[in-house]
Amino acid sequence: MKSLDGLRFRKRKTPIHRLDPRVKFLLICAIFALSIIFVDLMSITIIFLALVPLVLLAQVQGEWLRSLRASALLAAFIFVLNLIFVSDLYYALAMAFRFLVIVSSFSIFFLTTSPDDLGLALEQSHFPYEFSFAFTTAIRFVPELAKEAQIIVDAQRSRGLELEGGNILKRIRNYIPILIPLIVSAIRRSMELAEAMESRCFGAVKMRTSLHALKIRSMDYLVILMIVLVLAGSIYIRFYIHLL
Amino acid sequence: MIETHDVYYTYPNGFEALKGVSLAIETGEFVAIMGENGAGKTTLIKHFNGLMKPTRGSVVVDGRDTKKVTVATLSRDVGLVFQNPDHQLFSETVEDEIAFGLRNFGFDDKTIERRVDWALNLLNISQYRTTSPFILSGGERKRVALSSVLSWDPKIVVLDEPTIGQDYLQKERLRQFIMQLNTQGKTVVIVTHDVEFVADCKPRVVLMSKGRLLADGSSEKILTDDKLLEEASIIPPQVAQLFWQLKFNNAGREIIDVYEAAEILAREIRERMN
Repeated sequence: MKSLDGLRFRKRKTPIHRLDPRVKFLLICAIFALSIIFVDLMSITIIFLALVPLVLLAQVQGEWLRSLRASALLAAFIFVLNLIFVSDLYYALAMAFRFLVIVSSFSIFFLTTSPDDLGLALEQSHFPYEFSFAFTTAIRFVPELAKEAQIIVDAQRSRGLELEGGNILKRIRNYIPILIPLIVSAIRRSMELAEAMESRCFGAVKMRTSLHALKIRSMDYLVILMIVLVLAGSIYIRFYIHLL
Repeated sequence: MIETHDVYYTYPNGFEALKGVSLAIETGEFVAIMGENGAGKTTLIKHFNGLMKPTRGSVVVDGRDTKKVTVATLSRDVGLVFQNPDHQLFSETVEDEIAFGLRNFGFDDKTIERRVDWALNLLNISQYRTTSPFILSGGERKRVALSSVLSWDPKIVVLDEPTIGQDYLQKERLRQFIMQLNTQGKTVVIVTHDVEFVADCKPRVVLMSKGRLLADGSSEKILTDDKLLEEASIIPPQVAQLFWQLKFNNAGREIIDVYEAAEILAREIRERMN
């Protein structure tokens, strides 16, 4: 559950936090696209290094490092797999780095965007309200679920359940007494939430007005411009010049 | 016997839940831990079976430091029943639920069968033996959770909020049941907000507030101390309130029991009528 901390929003006042969530999402997609366009180690390393100032600007370096640490094992797995099947050291390294770039970009996005802003962004992008509500609710329930899981683990350990030890099959079986109460309570909670929402007339009006509306500011336009330039430049370099 | 020596506990998020708690609970005692929400009651009892280890200080259960033994070993002797039964029920039938702990502690099949029968009878839920615990009512689920811990007959029984969701009849049964456990020589610790329940049981009361021990003594003494109770956000029992209103200063400062109060009042009325 601790690894999820690398994705949890922290309230801070930085230029990255203030960026419009839609623009920020565009930025993440651009980074994503860049890391797919390029396959050589040098370019991907450059993209990865370019994320560092972004992380520092958003003041989320601690959480970012934690999310990197959590994904290190998977990155190592990708590296070994590529090394075996492609047997090119640089290529394997590049693939592992690409994975870390993708994890980092998502981590930066979720760390710096509040669930409320995210919901608002979805709404203003004309997604149905039910959809954006479900999305923000899901995000909001993650820490609740983690807390509840801890209580359930405590309750079952008090009844003599030992989670460590035994072979893999026994280990999996050990988690049944944890998972069943967790799932049952999540379902029960969602039923209660649905009833509470209905008793407050959820869905009674089609058009909702929100107290806060997202507005694209000059800073956002500047970022969009930069994204377009960098993307266009990269595509040009990659496909027309064959520099790399 | 449970001893806590100057126990401090800080949660990973930095919240200091216990700030120097020193407490000794003798074998065979009946103790109620009371105090406002967030006073640290649940955090404290989670130290009794080693689920939580003190950040500073130590907890010793029957001579064993909880830092040096596993939760499973301690739980064999310290049965902890959580507040919400939904956090532990997972089996297909009530009898499987009760057998779960017994299996974990390695009892043989014959003993398990015998113990399950015994635990079902103990809490009056034999008729639900093959029912799914999930379709039972809240109060019944709570009793299943309780019997699933009592099944392995732990020497020390710790109950977190046992009276929540129980009607008067069940509460009275629970009271008699706890008293019976206690007379059988078991150490019983309850965490509760239910003042009237404590006034009926009259255990030793440990009052907590903001991670510290506020007071420790007989329920008669503590539940009639208005200053202490206010500090711990507890409403005095109704009998105590009635006696204050009647200004029975000498006769009834420390009365919390309904029967005792009735006797005193009857005597008083008889005297005045004569």
